[in-house]
Amino acid sequence: MKKYWKYVKPYLPAFIIGPILMITEVIGEVLLPSLMADIINIGAANQDVPYIIGRGIIMVLTAVVMMIGGVGGAYFSAKASISFAADLREDVFKKVQQFSFSNIDTFSTGSLVTRLTNDITQVQNVLMMMLRLMLRAPGMLIGAVIMAFVMNASLATIILIVIPLLGLAIACVIRVGFPRFDTMQKKIDRLNSTVQEALTNVRVIKSFVRGSYEEERFQESNRDLKEASLHAFRVVILMMPIMMLAMNVTTLAVVWFGGKQILAGSMPVGDLTAFTTYIVQVLMSLMMLAMVLLQSSRAVASLKRINEVLHTEIDLTDEKAARKDAEVTNGKIEFKNVSFRYYKNNHEKVLDDISFVVEPGQTVGIIGSTGSGKTTLVQMIPRLYDVDDGQVLVDDIDVRDYSLKHLRNGVGMVLQKNVLFSGTILENLQWGDEEAGEEQVMEAARAAQADDFVKSFTDGYETELGQGGVNVSGGQKQRLCIARALLKKPKILILDDSTSAVDTATEKRIRESFGTTLKDTTKLIIAQRITSVMDSDLILVLEEGRIAGMGKHEDLMSACIPYQEIYNSQMEAAKEAGALQNVKEVQA
Amino acid sequence: MDAKRLERLEKKYKKSADRQLETPPKKHGPGPGPRHGGPGRMGGAKPKDAGKALKRIFSYIEADRIKLVFVLFCVILNTVASLAGSYMLRPIINGLTEEGGSVQKLFGSIVLMAGIYLVGVTASYLQARIMIGVSQGALQRIRNDLFGKVQKLPVRFYDTNSYGDIMSRFSNDVDAIGEMMNNTIVQVISAVISVTGTFALMLYTNVWLTLITIVMLPLMMKAAGFVGKRSQKYYKAQQAALGTLNGYIEETVTGQKVVKVFCHEETAEEEFHYLNRDLRDKQIKAQFFGGIMGPVMGNFSQISYSLTACIGGLLCVLRGFDLGGLTVFVNYSRQFSRPINELSMQMNTIFSALAGAERVFAMMDEAPECEDKEDAVGIAEKDGRFYWEIPEEQEKYTYRKEQPELKPEVVLQNVYFGYNPDKTILKHITLYAKPGQKIAFVGSTGAGKTTITNLLNRFYDIGQGCISIDGIDIQDIRRDDLRRNVAMVLQDTHLFTGTVRENIRYGRLDATDEEVVEAAKTASAHSFIMRLEHGYDTMLEGDGANLSQGQRQLLNIARAAISKAPILILDEATSSVDTRTERHIEKGMDRLMADRTTFVIAHRLSTVRNANAIMVLENGEIIERGDHEELLAQKGRYYELYTGLSELD
Repeated sequence: MKKYWKYVKPYLPAFIIGPILMITEVIGEVLLPSLMADIINIGAANQDVPYIIGRGIIMVLTAVVMMIGGVGGAYFSAKASISFAADLREDVFKKVQQFSFSNIDTFSTGSLVTRLTNDITQVQNVLMMMLRLMLRAPGMLIGAVIMAFVMNASLATIILIVIPLLGLAIACVIRVGFPRFDTMQKKIDRLNSTVQEALTNVRVIKSFVRGSYEEERFQESNRDLKEASLHAFRVVILMMPIMMLAMNVTTLAVVWFGGKQILAGSMPVGDLTAFTTYIVQVLMSLMMLAMVLLQSSRAVASLKRINEVLHTEIDLTDEKAARKDAEVTNGKIEFKNVSFRYYKNNHEKVLDDISFVVEPGQTVGIIGSTGSGKTTLVQMIPRLYDVDDGQVLVDDIDVRDYSLKHLRNGVGMVLQKNVLFSGTILENLQWGDEEAGEEQVMEAARAAQADDFVKSFTDGYETELGQGGVNVSGGQKQRLCIARALLKKPKILILDDSTSAVDTATEKRIRESFGTTLKDTTKLIIAQRITSVMDSDLILVLEEGRIAGMGKHEDLMSACIPYQEIYNSQMEAAKEAGALQNVKEVQA
Repeated sequence: MDAKRLERLEKKYKKSADRQLETPPKKHGPGPGPRHGGPGRMGGAKPKDAGKALKRIFSYIEADRIKLVFVLFCVILNTVASLAGSYMLRPIINGLTEEGGSVQKLFGSIVLMAGIYLVGVTASYLQARIMIGVSQGALQRIRNDLFGKVQKLPVRFYDTNSYGDIMSRFSNDVDAIGEMMNNTIVQVISAVISVTGTFALMLYTNVWLTLITIVMLPLMMKAAGFVGKRSQKYYKAQQAALGTLNGYIEETVTGQKVVKVFCHEETAEEEFHYLNRDLRDKQIKAQFFGGIMGPVMGNFSQISYSLTACIGGLLCVLRGFDLGGLTVFVNYSRQFSRPINELSMQMNTIFSALAGAERVFAMMDEAPECEDKEDAVGIAEKDGRFYWEIPEEQEKYTYRKEQPELKPEVVLQNVYFGYNPDKTILKHITLYAKPGQKIAFVGSTGAGKTTITNLLNRFYDIGQGCISIDGIDIQDIRRDDLRRNVAMVLQDTHLFTGTVRENIRYGRLDATDEEVVEAAKTASAHSFIMRLEHGYDTMLEGDGANLSQGQRQLLNIARAAISKAPILILDEATSSVDTRTERHIEKGMDRLMADRTTFVIAHRLSTVRNANAIMVLENGEIIERGDHEELLAQKGRYYELYTGLSELD
């Protein structure tokens, strides 16, 4: 609980005033019946008109004060709980911003979004409810019991007998009902996932004519859900009759014992009415307490999920960095016996004993089949993940010794799964450099061969991109992402399969422009197409996390079998086309 | 922070906020019972034709008519019992204060009261118990009908409706209906009865005091209107801000890795801070106005109560009004406003239930895929061979009876098609596929490749022209039989929750385990399956998230391989398999295609090289056709694509 104190502290007055104002409502509610009893017992009995009017005015005033209390209470409890939630949300968001890549990998995007939105709202709602009812329900319970005892102690003992009995009954209902609702929720989830699956797979189902098979599966989970719901609801619907029963039995007891006292002359008749009101109040507040309990158990689940985020240990920080002031100046890269696994309890290494050196300004091509570790390898350079063994050095300094900001500012990276954000093209490109003017942005776009198509849009650089950049084609998106990275003017530029949707001719032009504009920048290019990496200064061939070959194209063609295989599988086509072309020319 | 930039930020996410408004979020959770705090679903959608929707909802519970009558009876009994029970206090109190009151008389009254109470409690339980059964049964039927519809709707429907939207009909909308059936119906009836009953009893007890209540009523309504209007306004603002923030969170978290690579964390935090604070301010207002409805209304009724007590007391003194009457009257004056409050709260539930019902029924009323013709031709399988089943009354294809074996020769003749009537996608498509041939489609995205294959298995029906198999128009073939004999491997790999084995067997439910392994081997999936933790019994969860895209594609191929369908469609079936692996699986693919008439779409041209004929599509027309060598020799579009001179996307 202590960790939430910082969210309460700034709003402490609201946290206190809210419930206190709510108490005025309770006090009024408890007072009113006794004032009413006074009117009957004293006013009516003594035929005292001024007394009755006086009491009446007090009652109305009390009600007005209660209203003010209620409204004020609503304001402060809303303010307190919402501010609490807003601050909490901000902290969770900040925490997510600190997450390392492997931290991000452990949570799915959807679950992070839910935690930031629904879960926090859930906590906020329950907190607000608690602030409103926290003092109110127990206050009313205690107040009503006290008033009842003051009025008539012997009659009030009835309430004391009923409360524990009713409490027990409610507890039983909750105890039995709660797990049943859990089961029901599971059935709901299952039904939903059945529907979801049927929807996303609708073409598969139709093409295999499995409609009735799916329907059977659905009907089965639907039947399960119905059974589970009935099972759960059957318990909950007991709540109302139990309440009624308790209220009725108490009323009967009060009327019976109270009536006898009235007949005996030891109790004024007006108290009987007041007493029945107190009974209702006591039972209502018990009901409210049960509600709060039920609701808070849900908030606890949400809170747990929020805590999972807040308590996630950031496994990659620059706190221990020894050279925080260092910046990337040349772009030399060195891997020394680097090994890495994503899951530390997994045997299979994703990178296994990788060593190589890249001199500043060199272009490095990386090639290999899917799952061979290409992406993982380049992600070690801007320290998106930490090596298990070995060392990655940039400009002869271990990447772990840089401040993350300096390191990542020096390393531009175009991710394989890249995203653009909603906003204009200009705004998106300015991610690379917030200060960049239009001229600089256009220059980068030209280098990435994006300028032409951007200008062809009616709004040019002011064109709005939808969420995730939905309104540009795959190839265009990739070029924009490259331009964005270029604007960072990095010393090291990494392209992770970033031109797969760009045609070969355009891709060639991009590479050529790199040759002139990024002469001093070290470039690492992961590609599927062998033509994209053929003329690199150094080509790394990866296979199952190991370097299967390293060198220039010619060296690899003579010495590296996997490289030859890739080459042959892709070049046959081109060769064939070229040969045909030659034949035609000769014929002509 | 730059104010202009923030304004943009707000505008950007407004769209998602608007969407949010249309379908307000709904909370799930255990337990019916009074809802505290929050204005519920104010500002939610309003139904267009409430009466029609209501009638249709009732059609689902009509079968339980007798139970419903019994429920109604119980509701009336319960309400009357509670009214009578509280009225009983009047004679009891009067009996106690008047001369001649005795314990015997009191006892008699108590017994009578206990009887009334008992009836009330019993009725209340029975009513809830029966109603739960009725409503859950109805919900089950609604969901079944809805899902049945999901299976019958044409693919076209899913092109225009998002999955999220359909899902929300299953969850939110059906839940809203459920909530209405569980609570609202009973509550409305009981509220109406108790308001009228209470009012009648009030009039009967004392006309003058009733006047106070009548005077207070419009005041209360006015106050409720005042609060309600503001609450609705601020609630809308809150939902908009919430939508904005949620949109921002979703986008940022989705692009979290990019945020990190660009060291953009601080900017993100700043922008978030602004949006978060904006939400907070609006939310406080909304929740405040939502939260004061209770206290304001409740305390108005306290004022009414106080006035009644005071004036009632005066009446006792001046007009000889009986004390018992006063006691029950003040109780009534408190009870009177409660059902009215409840009713006004129920209005929101009713509106969203009816709006939900309309969305559910609208989907049920969507036109399904058209029925098969009465004389439609069937296809039967026997010992791995396929035969046409020409019904007696079918006269067009009597000649096929002589030669019943299906040897899929697929012909498209001058086919025109458009998803919308005003926009033709495919123009003048004519092609012949002889039995066992492999036909490839090549062209840029949007050229119409996938559309052609979707016409073959009648996901869509063509506008003009004719598609036939062995000379039989596919419109004359029973649709299920047609689809069963056209196996498809789609670009988007979709797997089902279940084991690997079950997923492969999806292609043919009666396949043996050996056949499953055989199919997996054909698709070159066997070796990676064996490396999975439980081999063929490994559970795939959530669309096979634990497999790579390439592996999922191989499983899809295996699923098609196990079906014996004589026609095969491969739509970018190996697009995520890298070139080396693709070469390794080539043999298996050849075996798979050997005896089948196959249509192949591939981005990677190396996969289509050995096709019997390659069709190059552009803007819905076949612009080049021929085999690989011929097309290269033409030096046209295919040549450009093949040598990488132009872009496919």
